[in-house]
Amino acid sequence: MTAATLFFTALFYFAATVLIAGLAWKIADYARTPAPLLIPTTPAPTTQGGVVLRMLREVTLFESLFKSNLWLWACGWLFHVGLALVLIRHLRYFIQPVWSWVALLQPFGIYGGMVMLAGLAGLWARRLFLERIRYISTPSDHLMLLLIIAIASSGLTMKYFIRTDIVGVKEFFLGLMRFDWQPLPADGLLYVHLSLVAMLMLVFPFSKLLHAPGVFFSPTRNQADNPREARHLSSWAAKMEAK
Amino acid sequence: MAGPEIKAPAMREYSVIPALQPGAMAATKSYVANEKVQEEIGFPGKLVDDWHDKAIGKMGELLGKYRSLKVFMDACVHCGACSDKCHYFLGTGDPKNMPVARQDLMRSVYRRHFTLAGKLVPKLVGARELTREVLDEWYNYYHQCSECRRCSVFCPYGIDTAEVTMAAREILDSVGVGQKYSNEIIGKVHKIGNNLGLPGPALANTLEGLEEDVKEDTGVAVRYPLDVKGAEVLLVTPSADFFAEPHIESLIGYGKVFHAAGISWTLSSMASEAGNFGMFIGNYEQLKKIAMRVREAALELGVKRIVVGECGHAWRVAYSFWNTLTGIGEGANDPFAIQLQSQLDHRYRQPMHICELTWDLIQKGAIAFDRSANDHRIVTFHDSCNVARASRMGDMPGGQFVIPREIIKAVANHYVEMAPGTTHEQTFCCGGGGGLLTDDLLDLRIKGALPRMEALNQVASGQGVNFMATICAICKAQFTKILPYYGFKMGMVGGVHQLVSTAIKLGDK
Repeated sequence: MTAATLFFTALFYFAATVLIAGLAWKIADYARTPAPLLIPTTPAPTTQGGVVLRMLREVTLFESLFKSNLWLWACGWLFHVGLALVLIRHLRYFIQPVWSWVALLQPFGIYGGMVMLAGLAGLWARRLFLERIRYISTPSDHLMLLLIIAIASSGLTMKYFIRTDIVGVKEFFLGLMRFDWQPLPADGLLYVHLSLVAMLMLVFPFSKLLHAPGVFFSPTRNQADNPREARHLSSWAAKMEAK
Repeated sequence: MAGPEIKAPAMREYSVIPALQPGAMAATKSYVANEKVQEEIGFPGKLVDDWHDKAIGKMGELLGKYRSLKVFMDACVHCGACSDKCHYFLGTGDPKNMPVARQDLMRSVYRRHFTLAGKLVPKLVGARELTREVLDEWYNYYHQCSECRRCSVFCPYGIDTAEVTMAAREILDSVGVGQKYSNEIIGKVHKIGNNLGLPGPALANTLEGLEEDVKEDTGVAVRYPLDVKGAEVLLVTPSADFFAEPHIESLIGYGKVFHAAGISWTLSSMASEAGNFGMFIGNYEQLKKIAMRVREAALELGVKRIVVGECGHAWRVAYSFWNTLTGIGEGANDPFAIQLQSQLDHRYRQPMHICELTWDLIQKGAIAFDRSANDHRIVTFHDSCNVARASRMGDMPGGQFVIPREIIKAVANHYVEMAPGTTHEQTFCCGGGGGLLTDDLLDLRIKGALPRMEALNQVASGQGVNFMATICAICKAQFTKILPYYGFKMGMVGGVHQLVSTAIKLGDK
């Protein structure tokens, strides 16, 4: 086994552990923290079923963002949909045999990669050229975009210009999952791509990427508007009452 | 007020997002409460010695008590969806009045003390230490937010700056830096029973005088009862309704509705205030304590229904929080709440907004109107922020928009809507909500009213609108003061029940 294979084997175990444990800890923390008052942004659904629909619209269509600004919505939505297609396409590196629905969606992953890049470029342009957005941007906001753009570009480059041994890559990742380690094809660009992905996994639980689990716990979006019909009492508020 | 004359910004035909003017409002500082005001409601009198550690400790405590704060601190991606949505930003151009930047005043400190990235690489993620300068900045800019929730409509994660503002004010109070206006009022509620410090006997006098005025005006003996045990309805209304113009016109209207429908009702001297400034300062204990007065009054008077007058944030507290805080509502299974809920008549919503009550009566045909009495008015409706985005009326989502408008159309012939994007869930705050209705913030209030004034100007010059109806005591007081700065008559603003009062038929039907 080469040093590179050893390095990436260790790196991906580490990154996956941090990602999963970090997110699990964060999600548990959100779930544990009480929401003492009903604060849905109204008009809001009055039933739990309605809340599920509102949340679905929020995370698939970006409903609130749509109300805010069409350009921002378009860039953000294209990026996320593109990313979803790319992730689906990449499932083939982790499953054998490849599920039929994944195989079906495979070709769209390519367009997903391009659309994702276009969306990211738009988002970055906003950050660079719109005075208000430039004002609120921190260095990490720029770096995060740069990181994802670099991941997408290196991936597309391997698809179109400097092809890599994807059969070997698949064996490497299947090996990781089966604890039966296989060599990683020696390819500089592949090393770059994988390092950046691992970096993204590592920063996920410690960065603004927490918006992904966070949105599901946002009280203004996940509470039903039924305060008159049911009494809502958090644990610490109930204790105040017992006194 | 001393200092240079305050001028309103120029109204434009179409609103334009302003260019950034960093520091434009940095010196705008609401008066700080003195020791007496602070200590009366249980806060330290002045900045405590170990304020830094106390403030960080309080922040940690709030992060553990409020999921909203915890999620909102983490989730923001700086996308800028909210950046052009705040009326104070639109009116002042100060970048720290952009909701995201206002949140970041606290988020930067959160990152420094509560996140790994902020501890390791503070510069990279915009984390900073809580210095005395930062604390002052918190005070100034968290008292330039009216907690109107407009930003939360547009945020893809539903981040509500009002929650952050409330937390910041709670932290500031806990280290001894409170706002004079809000905290003085909270003291008055506890001592005297209402925000304006109107004692019981004076209230009784006022109501007697009101009965005489209405008798003289209409020839009908409409009653405005106080502390009547066994009345069916307890009406809780903002204390401004008792003597401020145009508020009192709506109070007259409520009385006429009860009279015409034959419903027995009473006001309470113990709970002569619907407003609850405990929410403005983000303090749960005060929020609960102030709300409990209404529960106690309801139990003592033995009423069957609790109805709330025209007041925006009061209706938010009543509708969204009373059941939680005091058990006024339905669906309880604990003894504390059941004690009250078994007394209430559950054929009616508890609590009920006065507009819901009036609209139900209109639909039943229990009250009648002469609409032409309002023919001198061309009416538009200003949705009050807390009613629009933090409450509901009726059974369906959005009833808070439909019901007041339907009432207006039932009592007046001429009704005009303001531009979409400035009403309903996207309504602009009047500019004086959330504890900012004080003269030491007059400059901010005038500038913050700009988006609403531009929308009003369109329908005033285009369709001849001469009356802007609203259902909030703060909106009424704010507009009465602000309208002249924009060249409008102050009498242009009034309550929905002022229109009802003008048109309702009293006496034998």
